[in-house]
Amino acid sequence: MTPSTDIGPSWDLLADLQLLLQYHFMQNALIVGTIVAVLGGAIGYLIVLRGQSFAAHMLSQVGFPGAAGAVLVHVSPVLGLLVFCVGAALGISVFGTRLGGGGRRESAAVGSILAFSLGLGLLFFRLFSGSAQAIYAFLFGTILGIDDKDVLVALVTAAVCLAALAFMFRPMVFASIDPAVADAKGVPVRLLSVVFLLLVAVTVAETVQIVGTLLIFALMVAPGAAAQRMTSRPYRALGTSVLLAVVVTWAGLAVAYFTGYPVGFFITTFAFAIYLLTRAAPTLARIARPGLTPALGAAR
Amino acid sequence: MAIAAQTGHRMRDSAPVQPGLPPAVQLQNAGIDLGGRYIWRSVDLEVAPGEFVAILGPNGAGKSTLLKAILGVLPLSEGAISVFGKPVRRGNDAVGYLPQRRNFDADLRVRAVDLVRLGLDGASWGMPLPFLSRFMAGPAARARRVDAVIEMVGAEAYANRPIGELSGGEQQRILIAQALVSGARMLVLDEPLDSLDLNNQQAISGLVQRICSESGVTVLLVAHDINPILPYVDQVVYVAQGQVVSGAPAEVIRTETLSRLYGTPVEVLRTTDGRVIVVGQNEPVSYHAHDAEH
Repeated sequence: MTPSTDIGPSWDLLADLQLLLQYHFMQNALIVGTIVAVLGGAIGYLIVLRGQSFAAHMLSQVGFPGAAGAVLVHVSPVLGLLVFCVGAALGISVFGTRLGGGGRRESAAVGSILAFSLGLGLLFFRLFSGSAQAIYAFLFGTILGIDDKDVLVALVTAAVCLAALAFMFRPMVFASIDPAVADAKGVPVRLLSVVFLLLVAVTVAETVQIVGTLLIFALMVAPGAAAQRMTSRPYRALGTSVLLAVVVTWAGLAVAYFTGYPVGFFITTFAFAIYLLTRAAPTLARIARPGLTPALGAAR
Repeated sequence: MAIAAQTGHRMRDSAPVQPGLPPAVQLQNAGIDLGGRYIWRSVDLEVAPGEFVAILGPNGAGKSTLLKAILGVLPLSEGAISVFGKPVRRGNDAVGYLPQRRNFDADLRVRAVDLVRLGLDGASWGMPLPFLSRFMAGPAARARRVDAVIEMVGAEAYANRPIGELSGGEQQRILIAQALVSGARMLVLDEPLDSLDLNNQQAISGLVQRICSESGVTVLLVAHDINPILPYVDQVVYVAQGQVVSGAPAEVIRTETLSRLYGTPVEVLRTTDGRVIVVGQNEPVSYHAHDAEH
């Protein structure tokens, strides 16, 4: 631990909070971190429910060659991000999707597209002969260097994506877990799976430039996975996923602020710790109370 | 292909046909062409409301295709089809569907009751507010409706557990509740007894029969082995060789009818315990036709 010389946490939480919020960059980091966490946690519940974690991983990575290519041809990196993310989402839909999403064919399509796009990224980066710093910033984000315009972009993206998510939440859950019946009930199952991937793509394209590949991916999978271990009620799990994502983001930002180590490390570590805890909980409960059968613990 | 059947007396000697009501299902000169090949054609079929209908036939003969046409998921290539006197359409709340064997992943962390609930409002856009809906009349009535069908299938004990943790028989009860919950007047069940043990086969077919007779729900049930349902069946629909033959079980499951349908000699054997075994040429005798599939 190497706390900075002039600041340090105490047991006075109010004083700590004042310390945490005294700089504008930290205020912006907390605002954007919260926005991205809410969006990532919400969309993450569905990603995990649909078994599309690998697709989410791919979508959070393919933006990198897009941004590099955009710089090469002198257009906005955001445009490159959007084109690559949306293109990859459509690619998965064309090559991989069976009714309902997930599955072997999709993961093969995802792997192939991901490898190709990273190869493109390598080429663009060589042609660009840019600094490693640019890649570093892209992969791990610059959450401590967010300006007010980024805050607005994150806010608008989140509002649009969350509204879309709320609108199609029920049919999406239906199509994800029971595609054949949903189809017979008139739910546009195939269209929804394309729209969902596009939503993930737009989320990633708009937030990756602010918080980096690592953070958006971390906030899209681990909280959703942990929430589904904690409750099997869809709405409660959705809320829990959002809550966990927000909590690990705040905790990560605070601890990083006081220790001087990277934010991304702490957020991913806290997210992973919660995931581990929820996976280990049934086993721990069995060890603590040997008489308890596993089925009893499952009725939450 | 081998169908085991039973000649024993039927519990209901005639279908509870209600005069004046349109047929639950009507196909006229219907045919479906998939990729240039007719699955079946020239099909005329009528199912009266409240009938318990078994749909039989070899694998790949088009049984599921027939169900999909009735559900409105697959359009006819020719002819006409109606359900309760109206053209078929997807999302018809009068029709509850249970597709061929669905395996819910053990890691699917969604409660059984939520799955049933999706059968009621899963196709609706927009998100209800769980906290508000408790005080509103519509959502409360929907919650009661969900509870009622869960009670009807006897699934109260495990309705709050994740669907992936339930046994095959328990999952099947939940899925029947889901099919019923939207107020279905017809259940379309694609091999609901497949991969269940004998006890569960009897329990589930008894449950379906009870729903059929007590609530007047029309039942279309695709089966490999007709034995568990034969006592309840009003009409048999046999799909084979691009054709569909229907009638009372004793009329359809006969050497003459099935030989004509298959276009090759088929023998219907009667055993001393009252069962009928259908034997095709060069095929082993088997009670359980689905063994041949795996």
